[in-house]
Order: sequence, then C-alpha cells, then structure tokens
Amino acid sequence: MDTKKSMSVSTRTSDPQALSESSAGLLRELVAHLRQNRTQLREEWARRITRAELLTAMTEEEIFAEATAVYDNYVEALETGTFEALQAYSRRLSERIIPRGVETDEVVGIVLLLRDVLARSLFTKYQDNVEKLNRILDSYEPAANRIANTVAVGFVEERERIIRQQQEAIRELSTPVLQVRERLLILPIIGVIDPQRARQLTEQLLRAIRANRAKVVVIDVTGVAAMDSGVANHLVQTVEASRLLGATVIVTGLSPEIAQTLVTIGVDLSEMATVGDLQGGIEEAERLLADRAAPTTQVREIAPESTR
Amino acid sequence: MEVPILRQGQYLIASIQSALTDADLSHLREALIAQVGRSRCRGVIVDVTALDVMDSFAVRTLRDIAHMARLRGAETVIVGIQPDVAFAMVQLGLTLKGVATVLDLEEGLAFLTRRTEERLVETKPRRPSGRG
Repeated sequence: MDTKKSMSVSTRTSDPQALSESSAGLLRELVAHLRQNRTQLREEWARRITRAELLTAMTEEEIFAEATAVYDNYVEALETGTFEALQAYSRRLSERIIPRGVETDEVVGIVLLLRDVLARSLFTKYQDNVEKLNRILDSYEPAANRIANTVAVGFVEERERIIRQQQEAIRELSTPVLQVRERLLILPIIGVIDPQRARQLTEQLLRAIRANRAKVVVIDVTGVAAMDSGVANHLVQTVEASRLLGATVIVTGLSPEIAQTLVTIGVDLSEMATVGDLQGGIEEAERLLADRAAPTTQVREIAPESTR
Repeated sequence: MEVPILRQGQYLIASIQSALTDADLSHLREALIAQVGRSRCRGVIVDVTALDVMDSFAVRTLRDIAHMARLRGAETVIVGIQPDVAFAMVQLGLTLKGVATVLDLEEGLAFLTRRTEERLVETKPRRPSGRG
C-alpha cells in the first residue's frame, strides 16, 4: 500500500500536467462505467441498504426511488466535479426524511454503502490490471469522499436548522403575553430565567405593550422557582422600560423563598408594585385602569354645575 | 434641524422628526421653556416616535425640559418611545425618573387632559365653601 502511494506521489511530482490529464480521462472512464451499469449497481445498493437494515422508516419502493436519485446525482457530481446540485438535493432529501425519523448514522451509512458498492464494481472490472485500478481509485476516492461529506453535512445542517427553529418556537411559547381585557396584559413566567430569556421576555413584552396599547401589565412569577440578583435586576429593568412606554407593571406571585432571597441579597424592589397572587394583581390592575378613567367622568359631572 | 413646536389648545407639542445634535436639543429646550410662559400653556408633549437612538444627553435634556416646564406651570409628558429604545435606555441606566411617559400622542393628550382636570377637581370643591 505504501509503495503504491509513493508511486502515485512520485508520478504526480514528476509530471503533474500529464497526471491531471490522465486523471480527467480516468474519471470520464469511471463515469461511463457507472452509467453503463446503473441499473445493476443501483439494485445492488438498494439491496445492501435493506440488508444493513438502514432506512427502516421507509418502504422498499421509496428506498429504491431515493437510491436512484442519489445515484444519478452522485455520478453527476463525479463527472462535473461540482457539488451544488448534490448539495441542493441532499438538503431536499433531508427535509423529506428527517420528519420520518431517519437518523444521521443511517444517512452516512447509505452513502458509505454506495461508495463500497461502486468501489467493489471497480475492483471487479479492473482486477486484471492492478496498476490501472490504482489510478482509477486515485481519482475516484477523493471525489467519493467529498460526496459522502457533502451529503452527511447537508443532512446535519438541515437537522440543526430544524433544531434552531424548534428552539425559537419553544422560546416564543415560553413567553406568552396575554391580553385579559382592553389595556391589560398578563405575562406568566414559568421555569428558569436566564439572561437571554430575560432579554427576550422584555423585548416581547415591550412590543406587546405597543401593539395592544396596554396601560397595565401583570407579570406573574408564581412559576419561577428561584431568583438571583441578576434576574431580579432584569425584572426591575423590564418594569422601567414598560414605564417608558407608559405602562404600569405589577409583579405577582413572589414566593416566600424568593422574597427572602431578594431581601437577603439586598435587591432594591421598592420601585416595583408587588401583589401577593395573580388574582390580587388583576384586581389591582383593574382598579388602576378604573382610576385612570374616573377623573374625566367626575369632571364631566362637575363641569355643568360650575357653569350654572 | 429645527424642531417644530405646535400649539394645540392649552398644550404645546414638539415633534422630533429626526436625530438631533446636542445643540439642536439645547435649542429645543430653550424654545419650549420660553414658549410655555408666552402662551400660558398647561402642558407640553415631546414626541420622540421618530427617534431610534437616545443618548444620555438627549435623556437629560428631556428630563430638564420636564422639570423646567413644571417650574413654569406646565406638565410635560414624553410620548412614543420605541420598545428598542426603551430597552436600550434601561440597560444604560437612563430611566427618565420623575418624568411622565406614555405610549403615543393620543395617550399624551389624554394624560394631560386628565392632569389638568385633576387640578380643577382639586381646586373646585373649595369654591362653594368659600362662597358659603
């Protein structure tokens, strides 16, 4: 093996021009061979996929159809040396098969199987001419490896994209800003608040205040198990930012543990309106909303009297 | 850039249309405070809807306007702070303490109306007792 390698290296250094020409010729020969034996190799591949119990989530017809498409793209990538089409195909393939529960190892497995099947057919074809076989493999292997890489990376990237999308969705779900009645919003917070979530929470709340023209916001933290000074400061910032948009914030459901922690670590929440539970918070909010409307009506009652 | 100051009933409305230099801001402050007395206004609205950045000088100037206008007998309310701007402001610790802020111009007018009427309500009950 070593001697073969050094041989090819020595030819490459001695005459790179001739080698690249001949390797292009070899690749053409290789592609022609793969085209010629398309049906047979494809069937062999599909058979080996089934035997290796890969892609169990798909039916045999589906496997065969996908195998055909992958095979053609594979040969095309070998021929043209460009991987864009294959990349696009593997992305579409991933989109189709990820929802059906196909795993990364299966995808890598089938591509490697195809590589094996093709290599095996090359061995059979050139078994009488070892020197030529070696040169064919020299041009086949890098391209084949790159193809395997492209497909696997395409699959993983698609997966990561889906994961990112889902994370985003979970984050959105985790901060529901609800309108209870006109001008009153409720933001129940459940679970752990990290700086990133706190930031997102504030941004979403501010946007909701603007969109719903909210006057009062009740932030319920009953579902928050623990709070440190960082989170408490975020809460204070949220309250301040909401005030800049003209909304009053009432914080409800601070548990006894949290109350003790906050006082012990000396977080100043004196600027913040707090009410024991959510019900009390909503009552307080409705009182505030009524208050805001009240003076106007009072004056309207008084005004005619004064003109009399 | 000059900020137009409009008069609407008892109120002055200064609508900032684009980013202002420090000099523009100082000029706005002087113009507003002068006009509050000249036109016997009860309220000042500063509309910052168009601003997507607010630095410490701008925030301080707004606060100064509010405090100065109060000394001249007018309530000030800042309207239209964008969510992103509000968020950036609290992160920088620029919180406009002691200055009224509301969502938009409409809310600002409602706020000032309420404030001035509250004053009327406070002063009115005394009149009958004074007569009687």
